[in-house]
Amino acid sequence: MKLLYFAWLRERIGVPEEERDLPASVTTAHELIDYLSAQGSAYQAAFADRELIKVAIDQEHAALTASVVGAHEVAFFPPVTGG
Amino acid sequence: MVRVEEDDFDLSTEVKKITDGRTDIGAVVSFTGLVRDFQNNADTPKPDQGQMTLEHYPGMTEKQLEQIEAEAHKRWPLSASLIIHRFGTLNPGDQIVLVLTASPHRQAAFEAAMFLMDWLKTKAPFWKKETGPEGEAWVAAKSDDDAAADKWS
Repeated sequence: MKLLYFAWLRERIGVPEEERDLPASVTTAHELIDYLSAQGSAYQAAFADRELIKVAIDQEHAALTASVVGAHEVAFFPPVTGG
Repeated sequence: MVRVEEDDFDLSTEVKKITDGRTDIGAVVSFTGLVRDFQNNADTPKPDQGQMTLEHYPGMTEKQLEQIEAEAHKRWPLSASLIIHRFGTLNPGDQIVLVLTASPHRQAAFEAAMFLMDWLKTKAPFWKKETGPEGEAWVAAKSDDDAAADKWS
């Protein structure tokens, strides 16, 4: 699965995107965050405040409770501030 | 139409493109957003000392803006519309976003322009970072913007 990070999440994690094979136990965005948070201190710091994390699954906004099973691209980012 | 680009835009050129050769349009409403001086320190503006960098999610940005535009066309009888959003490094006073709506009568154009901006603010994946003499900071989202977007749902 392709994972993308934007704004301060990207800065804290240190890469804009990566490809990862996820364990079958990861089915929701919440579980994906749990999994990534266990991948080192940078991830842990980036995902520490879950209230500030938004997710897009295959380029559509989604809830953290949404399923990521079968998704090609999952992006994590803070609330948007364009306009 | 939706455009996501680094380059600046010209309002009158864009209006002409939309209205050229058409006689069914009775109203064109435009909204231009400008980079304000240091949103994090609104009380003490420091002209020419700050910059803003806009990051976005290529692919999703265009998709979201197209969806928002399609939604506006579903809700109001629009003859045409245009959304331009810039990214990259911008200075205070620079144009950052343009929304144009055209319709036979003014009410649809006014309402749709407001709707497009309200939804864009909460749905289009852009992030602003301010850089100044005292360092850099990501701009935080405002709950006012959520409330403005919610009133259209």
